[in-house]
Amino acid sequence: MADFRLSAIDQQILDKVVEVGESTSRHTRYYEDHEHETPPTRLEGERGFEEVFPLFGQRQPGDTPMMTFMMAVSIARGSTTGVTRGLGLAMPAGRASGLGNAALQSAGTPEQKAKWGDLFLAMSITEPNVGSDTKAIQATARLDGDEWVINGDKIFVTDGVKCDGAIVWATIDKSAGRAGIKSFLVLKGAPGFELVRQEKKLGIRSSDTAAYSFRDCRVPRDALLGGDETVPKDGGSAGYKGVMKTFNMTRPAVASGGVAKAKGAFDFARAALAEEGVEVDWTRSYNQRSAPEQRLIEMEADTEAATLSVLHAAWLNDVRKPNNLESSVCKAKGGEVCRTIPQAAMELLGGMSVSHDHLVEKFLRDGRISDIYEGTGQIQRLIIAREILGYSSEELT
Amino acid sequence: MITFELNEEQSMIREALQGFAAEVLAPGARAIDEAGEMPATIIQQGWDFGLIAAAIPEAYGGGGGDRSCMTNAVALEALGGGCASQAAAIMAPGQFVSALIDFGTEEQKAEHLPRFAGATPVAASLAVQESQFGFAAEAQRTTATRKGNGFVLNGEKRLVPLGDRADSFLVLARDEGGAGLGAVQAYIVPRETAGLSVETENGTQGLKPLPKGKLTLDNVELPGSARLGGDAGIDAARLISQARVGAAAVAVGLCRQATDFAIPYAKERVAFGEPIGKKQSIAFMLADMHIECETMRWMVWKAASLLEHNDPGAVKASVLAQDYVRRKAVKIADDALQIFGGHGFIRDLPLEMWLRNARTLTVLDGPVSV
Repeated sequence: MADFRLSAIDQQILDKVVEVGESTSRHTRYYEDHEHETPPTRLEGERGFEEVFPLFGQRQPGDTPMMTFMMAVSIARGSTTGVTRGLGLAMPAGRASGLGNAALQSAGTPEQKAKWGDLFLAMSITEPNVGSDTKAIQATARLDGDEWVINGDKIFVTDGVKCDGAIVWATIDKSAGRAGIKSFLVLKGAPGFELVRQEKKLGIRSSDTAAYSFRDCRVPRDALLGGDETVPKDGGSAGYKGVMKTFNMTRPAVASGGVAKAKGAFDFARAALAEEGVEVDWTRSYNQRSAPEQRLIEMEADTEAATLSVLHAAWLNDVRKPNNLESSVCKAKGGEVCRTIPQAAMELLGGMSVSHDHLVEKFLRDGRISDIYEGTGQIQRLIIAREILGYSSEELT
Repeated sequence: MITFELNEEQSMIREALQGFAAEVLAPGARAIDEAGEMPATIIQQGWDFGLIAAAIPEAYGGGGGDRSCMTNAVALEALGGGCASQAAAIMAPGQFVSALIDFGTEEQKAEHLPRFAGATPVAASLAVQESQFGFAAEAQRTTATRKGNGFVLNGEKRLVPLGDRADSFLVLARDEGGAGLGAVQAYIVPRETAGLSVETENGTQGLKPLPKGKLTLDNVELPGSARLGGDAGIDAARLISQARVGAAAVAVGLCRQATDFAIPYAKERVAFGEPIGKKQSIAFMLADMHIECETMRWMVWKAASLLEHNDPGAVKASVLAQDYVRRKAVKIADDALQIFGGHGFIRDLPLEMWLRNARTLTVLDGPVSV
């Protein structure tokens, strides 16, 4: 029967995740100020996730299913103020876990997976003039003998500096729309491939973001992911769909990152205000509360609602039920609270919340991206609206 | 363990009640609302599902099933998806029964529960609301004063569900001199008790056909056995939370109903050469309505589930669920009306009724409980 209580061991894991995550807090400001500097493997006073992993062995079969629980772990981890070393996506399983690796795993041929599976691969789709509308990309690839020749500019490549190479989207037939779009594996050092710059950002500064240019960049013929060189007439393409499927799978995880920043900001504000004597009295009715009390309740309710939507989308995956619609629902909620809750936390805390003496302002800066990357809130609403109205992507744009 | 899975019984109840809501409650809702009267047949048909009797222990003639806040949340949402007023009329006696099961002494259970286990509907309800604006459950003006072994109640209760017909009321009152929810207790007051006068109340914006009553308690003398739970009393925070989450569950059903009603209209209604559903301004409203219907439900489920397990976080979860539903439910009902434009304003369609009901459900504590 529906239940929302964590087992003792699961609660212990989440508490430990927070403890470990907080252990590097005093170094955080330094790396915010030196955003392109990579922290050493172990910072002074740092406690590592090796403290957490053994606890997983104590989980029982009746505990919260794995993906659902991992979303709770992700929210706990992201709500801490310690130093991070990149996006969650690129981190936990070691080197070969970039978004490009996910694309390789879902769309690559067995030969390609064997050949490139150990490399750290970024994903390169966005262009200076093309964002959400991915089928409009301008970068081109043409076959010349046994090589593809790629031309175009790419931006916002996550991990684009530290990766070994990237999965690059380019069209082999502009007139064919999305059917003409293919993905190519381009390794660093390929002739005509240049890393133009590393971006300076509002937040998530520990994750590098690159801009690329391709000028008659030559890659071998087998660099085409999936190997299908045809342009289907029905408007779809296996490669395109394969990569879009990657997004469906990663959406709850990305949403959890947004919820995490909301939770971090809320937790900070609640604790700080409690020290000043402002606390919610849960037995008081709506019209008996102070304005800050009511605001704290609304912030916690919104964060909780977003959390439950993430857990629900993940739980559907755990029980092998479709969750495309629910993934978009949770991504929309995560995108909402990553903006509104840190903003509200700073409003409640007042002027000193902007000071670099504290880390609460970082939640606003780090959270903000969650309503933009991996499908903006508007794109999620498009997906949801199409689904509930029964419209195709051509019918509702 | 976190899971969103309903058990088999809950799934069956949900399916059966959704069918009843769609086939019986929804089609009759407008006529009943206009008439302002609740047909006896509806209350009987609702009673026949055995939702209230099921949770009464076998020792008192009931079904002996689990007293489950989660099951009640599922049932209230399903019924609320047909008509909030009829849902409230059907489930209001459950407030009285659930409170007795949760807090009653053996003697109180033996005296009151058996009559709710039969085939004939019995009316009883919880009296919370009072006349003053800015009413808050923890700041009751109705007082209970000890007199010998008993109590004397004074005060006024308003909009009491089934007040026109209830044979007994569970009246919330504050201990004379006490403050806060900790000082609030519940008293079983039979209708014929001396000093209690009951007037039928009609005329409310929403839940209009839900029968209601005004209770005036003028030196109502009660025996000591009238206090629910005896010397132990009740946990008023828990009782009030159950009522708040109950109303929220009905509101979730209402919101889903309004959203599902607006979707086909947005595909049908053409403006500027295409269905309005193909315009992002309308499509995004519908997407947001869908998003919030989903998240509201999980907030209600979590609160109901924690209340069921008497979890230490239950009252807090209830406040969060109530707050969330309060903000989202009115917005959804209001946006559904907006999508229909002027047609939403006309009483031929249910939109304006849903807005009135959503507003009412989210300002009253109750009138149903999980």
